[in-house]
Amino acid sequence: MTTLNNLKLGQKATIIEFTDEFLSRKFIEMGCIPGEKVKLANIAPFGDPIAIEVAGYLLSMRKHEASTVVVKINPENNVANCDV
Amino acid sequence: MSKNTDISIALLGNPNSGKSTLFNSLTGLSQKTGNYPGVTVDKSIGNYTFDQTKYIVTDLPGTYSLFPKSMDEEVTCKAVVSKLHDKIDVIVIVADATNLKRHLLLATQIIDLKKPTVLVLNIIDEARKNNITIYTEELEKLLGIPVVPVNSRNKEGILELKLAITKARISDTVLYNFQSVNKILPQFNSYESLIQSQFDTHAKQKVSLKEFELEDNIYRFSKLNYIIAKCVKQPEQLLKSTTQKLDSFFTHKIFGFAFFFIILLIIFQFIFFIAEYPMTWIEESFAYLMNLTATSLPKGQLNDLFVNGVLAGLSGIIVFVPQIALLFFFIAILEDTGYMARASFILDKVMRRFGLNGKSVIPMISSVACAVPSIMSARTISNWKDRIITILVTPLISCSARLPVYTLLIGIMFAGRASIGIFNYQGLVLMGLYLLGFAAALAAAMVLKYTLKTTEQSYFIMELPVYRKPQWQTVGIVVLNKVKVFLFDAGKIILAISIVLWFLTSHAPNSAFDKIEQNAIQNAHISQGEINSQKLEASYAGILGKKMEPFIKPLGFDWKIGISLITSFAAREVFVGTMATIYSSGDTDNTETLREKLISQKNYQTNLPIYNSAVCWSLLVFYVFAMQCMSTLATTYRETKHWKWPAIQLAFMSGLAYLSSLLVYQLLS
Repeated sequence: MTTLNNLKLGQKATIIEFTDEFLSRKFIEMGCIPGEKVKLANIAPFGDPIAIEVAGYLLSMRKHEASTVVVKINPENNVANCDV
Repeated sequence: MSKNTDISIALLGNPNSGKSTLFNSLTGLSQKTGNYPGVTVDKSIGNYTFDQTKYIVTDLPGTYSLFPKSMDEEVTCKAVVSKLHDKIDVIVIVADATNLKRHLLLATQIIDLKKPTVLVLNIIDEARKNNITIYTEELEKLLGIPVVPVNSRNKEGILELKLAITKARISDTVLYNFQSVNKILPQFNSYESLIQSQFDTHAKQKVSLKEFELEDNIYRFSKLNYIIAKCVKQPEQLLKSTTQKLDSFFTHKIFGFAFFFIILLIIFQFIFFIAEYPMTWIEESFAYLMNLTATSLPKGQLNDLFVNGVLAGLSGIIVFVPQIALLFFFIAILEDTGYMARASFILDKVMRRFGLNGKSVIPMISSVACAVPSIMSARTISNWKDRIITILVTPLISCSARLPVYTLLIGIMFAGRASIGIFNYQGLVLMGLYLLGFAAALAAAMVLKYTLKTTEQSYFIMELPVYRKPQWQTVGIVVLNKVKVFLFDAGKIILAISIVLWFLTSHAPNSAFDKIEQNAIQNAHISQGEINSQKLEASYAGILGKKMEPFIKPLGFDWKIGISLITSFAAREVFVGTMATIYSSGDTDNTETLREKLISQKNYQTNLPIYNSAVCWSLLVFYVFAMQCMSTLATTYRETKHWKWPAIQLAFMSGLAYLSSLLVYQLLS
């Protein structure tokens, strides 16, 4: 179990829960529902913000916002064999 | 005017659903920009006629759900649950067919409001290209409303949509969860009354829907999983690899910034240099018109008011149009292609430190040309606090109207002195002044970041839309609307202030002008320049300048500079013209003679030059910081819809200017 900001580029994970009340409401209306699969798709040049692929589109967020999303890294997809 | 028989339509959808393009396709050039009471959000209204009925279309700001997270979203949510005063007959939901699930969340909420509704599957051409098949009839059955596939870019499906709107119906399907509604408050007898309760003005009746919102959205998404499985056939991987490839370039460490820099350079070239040509034509045409009117119409007060008040004011307004049009031409393209979100993405970390936003960069750089279009362009910033900070600090950046003032004063200071090594003194000072402006803007932004309070929570959770080709119709309409908004909203205020300025400089108490003219008739050697100078001194502006003298004396300014500070309100470069009139240096356009004249001014007691380096430095610093531009203030008012913000802008910039000049003058003299 980790949080979204700790993913490596291309790593896939599944959303488990949220730790911030306001941001959780924002994340959910953007389609980030618990159980949804996400992939870290991009990191801005200065290391922050990041962009994830979720529900078929790209969503950007700051790292501290991503740190409120608890995820489980998908075992079958690690960085070595990702498709980025 | 709208009549009772007119049908009123609200266009609603997620941001990036192609809603604006659809709005343009439906209404074309009939659009108007209006206001919602009490908020800064612009209201876009257009109309079309179909089967002899007039349809009034309102393009509501994009939202992701009926639980608003920003002020723009709140306007939309209030509007659809009849909390704003306009009636809505039909709601048209716009969904992006290439990413239906997320876009349908809002649709299911709207359907539960039980209003006549139509669903548009927009960007259907791209969905087909991406091998997405949508079974429209099945979707209609499950949602209970007409569903129309549309490609608003080539207007495919627009006619079908117009027809469907006439058949819009209230769905008999219920998509919300009774149990969770009953859990909060059983007396909500409809989904609409529940959504409405968020906006109840009585605090007692206001219900917190935070928990309900989570349950509601999750419940709807699970329902949508079923609906999508039944009605949509789509590939596993929805996101196209082209978007990712372009992203790896546009957000690249080196290429990404290099590309952004080139974009800035192009925009800058256009609004700083290219705009100069049409601006000169406008000014010359008005000068010609003013001359023609002044000589051909009977002389008198009215003529003077019309020529030097109204026409001069209009010229001062219309002259902004080229810069506004060019800046928005580029911004509309950057927004429409999806690039703007990437620029914001790569710049966010740096700009955030200053309380600004990645999208603040373009307004701030454009401000080197002019603060007016820059302040208008801050509208692309969706976060209210970031937008207000950008608007407030942007005028600190030295604009092109300050350049003639800088040139004159630097010229006085360094007359005869050339350079240190390869560096020209004058160039160095000029660069220093620009840097000072930039530094002040960033510092002010930082201060505002910590002092400005807001109820709106800030976040950067936003969609990076897929890249699309720019729509020339959309770009054209954006440019047109922005120019209209400036001319008719900010323009009114600018015109009013220029008439006041005209009055102050052209009128004097106790028929003082008559005495000056009679005196001139008796003394034939008095030149026209001297008459004008004496008149300006006697005018209300002159009196005001003299009244100001005790306040500005510690800065090293006398009443002559005081008058010029007042007239500078029309535009900062007017300083030069006013000084020329006061010192009756003849040709007001010739800076060289004015410079010589100012250098030769001696204090009659000490016989030392008046325009010594302490005074010049003090004036320069004053012009870097001071808010002396009525057009900027009028635009700030237009964009914030509140006099509080231009007042704050005026107060903090003038305060900063006064204190800095005081410090500079006292240290140097």
